[in-house]
Amino acid sequence: MSLKKGSVVAHLAMGLMAIYFLLPFWWLLVAATKDNDGLFQSASLWFSDFNLFENLKLLFNQENGIYLTWLRNSAFYAVVSGVGATAISALAGYAFAKLRFPGRNALFALLLGLIMVPATALVLPTYLLMAQADLIDSVWAVILPSLLNPFGVYLLRVYVHDSIPEEMLEAARIDGAGEFRVFTSVALPAMKPALVTVLLFSMVASWNNFFLPLVMLSNDDLYPLTVGLRAWYMSAIMGNGGAATFNVIITGALVAIVPLIAAFLMLQRYWRGGLTIGSVK
Amino acid sequence: MTEVQTSPAAAPAAVGPSAKKAGRPRWREATTGWLFVLPFAVLLVAFLLLPMAYAFKISLYRSTLIEGEVFALFDNYKQAIDDPLVREGVVRVLIFGLVQTPVMIGIALVAALLIDATTSRFSRFFRLAAFVPYAVPVVIGTLMWGFLYSDSIGPFSGLGIDFVSGDTVLASLGNIVTWQWAGYNMIVIYAALQGLPREIYESARIDGASEVQIALRIKTPMISSALVLATLFTIMGTLQFFTEPLILQPLNPGAVTQHYTPNVYAYNQAFSFQQYNYSAAISFLLGAVVFVGSYIFLFATRKRSALK
Repeated sequence: MSLKKGSVVAHLAMGLMAIYFLLPFWWLLVAATKDNDGLFQSASLWFSDFNLFENLKLLFNQENGIYLTWLRNSAFYAVVSGVGATAISALAGYAFAKLRFPGRNALFALLLGLIMVPATALVLPTYLLMAQADLIDSVWAVILPSLLNPFGVYLLRVYVHDSIPEEMLEAARIDGAGEFRVFTSVALPAMKPALVTVLLFSMVASWNNFFLPLVMLSNDDLYPLTVGLRAWYMSAIMGNGGAATFNVIITGALVAIVPLIAAFLMLQRYWRGGLTIGSVK
Repeated sequence: MTEVQTSPAAAPAAVGPSAKKAGRPRWREATTGWLFVLPFAVLLVAFLLLPMAYAFKISLYRSTLIEGEVFALFDNYKQAIDDPLVREGVVRVLIFGLVQTPVMIGIALVAALLIDATTSRFSRFFRLAAFVPYAVPVVIGTLMWGFLYSDSIGPFSGLGIDFVSGDTVLASLGNIVTWQWAGYNMIVIYAALQGLPREIYESARIDGASEVQIALRIKTPMISSALVLATLFTIMGTLQFFTEPLILQPLNPGAVTQHYTPNVYAYNQAFSFQQYNYSAAISFLLGAVVFVGSYIFLFATRKRSALK
């Protein structure tokens, strides 16, 4: 009896918290179906006239369809930085775990020593250095710094060290496979779960990145969604003429998070995996 | 600090004999090893070591109209420490960290204890619901809350509260951060709970302990080091508070000032006023505090867990 009562209270508490966490999503979904007047005039947590498709049309036509450019840029930065960072981390993580070379321990110690340097502190000097190399306001300014993922290297090193036995690699070597072949045909398949986690986290980090592209880019054709939407929001709040209206910005925010929510729901296992590997060590 | 850094690196001792067995030349393995880490090593130098060194170098100079760049040693640092605007921002992020972080970790702990104690379908749904805000970009999460706080289109407009006034905006920012990160911390705490031996709960139940007692008297103390670590790292993170205040700034520029947090200040010094040297000094100082603080915590908690 008391267990049942406790369970009801527990579920009630979870229900209230769930409302808190989900309310903004519900609001966003409802608001994206209203036209700009509807946003101001109707109850904000329930539907009025259904204008989602009109809003989408407005969104993709605003400023000659620049939203689509931003969406493409975000996807491009996420895929290139994500795949690149994962490949580079996989090579390095494997080498740190399984290959002996002079300077290995020193380099790995350096990595561990620098893993805690806050990324925000590096944005300004990176910008100034990139400016000297004439690379700012280009896709490289956003992609190149994102290829560095010390935490991914660390995570993959731990994973390779714990889960790939030396005998497996030896067997392939005895069969005459070269080192690179051993890596691609034996190690990589065994690293798959950890690779997906690193890929997911680096892609999402790139998709969500704001500070770096904000500083590096001034040409709005190169903006990712985060920087572009913020620019629209600023203009709308300040009441600039010709600025995107609130319904357009809200619909833009909804479209921007749909891929993330989808990736999140489909790849839950890997999300949690990444977080818990990170917290154990 | 060196112990923390080198101990995991010294692990693979098994490589020695098996490498000999296969009879592959040492130099070849070394070359492959270097080729494999080369891209990473280049990036580490180009986008971490070099920017750090460069930030430190320019923070030691001042740019003057007449003489150009002049070596000034720690003048910029002295100026930063004495700057009332820096101090105001530091005090603000400290207050923020000391209030918001325990609240958020508390919510995360309650949520983690709840999903650990229940097995229903709703409990699994809740785990997902609490975690999903973490998947939303900070910019978009903040935009969403910016709209929710609005007195013209937000759902709370009937309450008559100004969420972005000088008195309330810090709490409103705290709510955004809590909403976004509580679920993340819940998962981390939940993982620690899942690692505890379940038999203990059984014996406690036989002794007549209620589920609430088990949660508060057994589970929570057993994961206290995970809680402390999560709290300290979150406070470290809030010292760098940047994106959320920058996004909410246009809603009330008088309250969310250009020096609202040290990072917002450093950003504006560099990109609104071209004071790169001074900006570098502020961000270098802040980065150094976060860096050193993180390692002290890491070292302290490692040592404690090793003693157990």
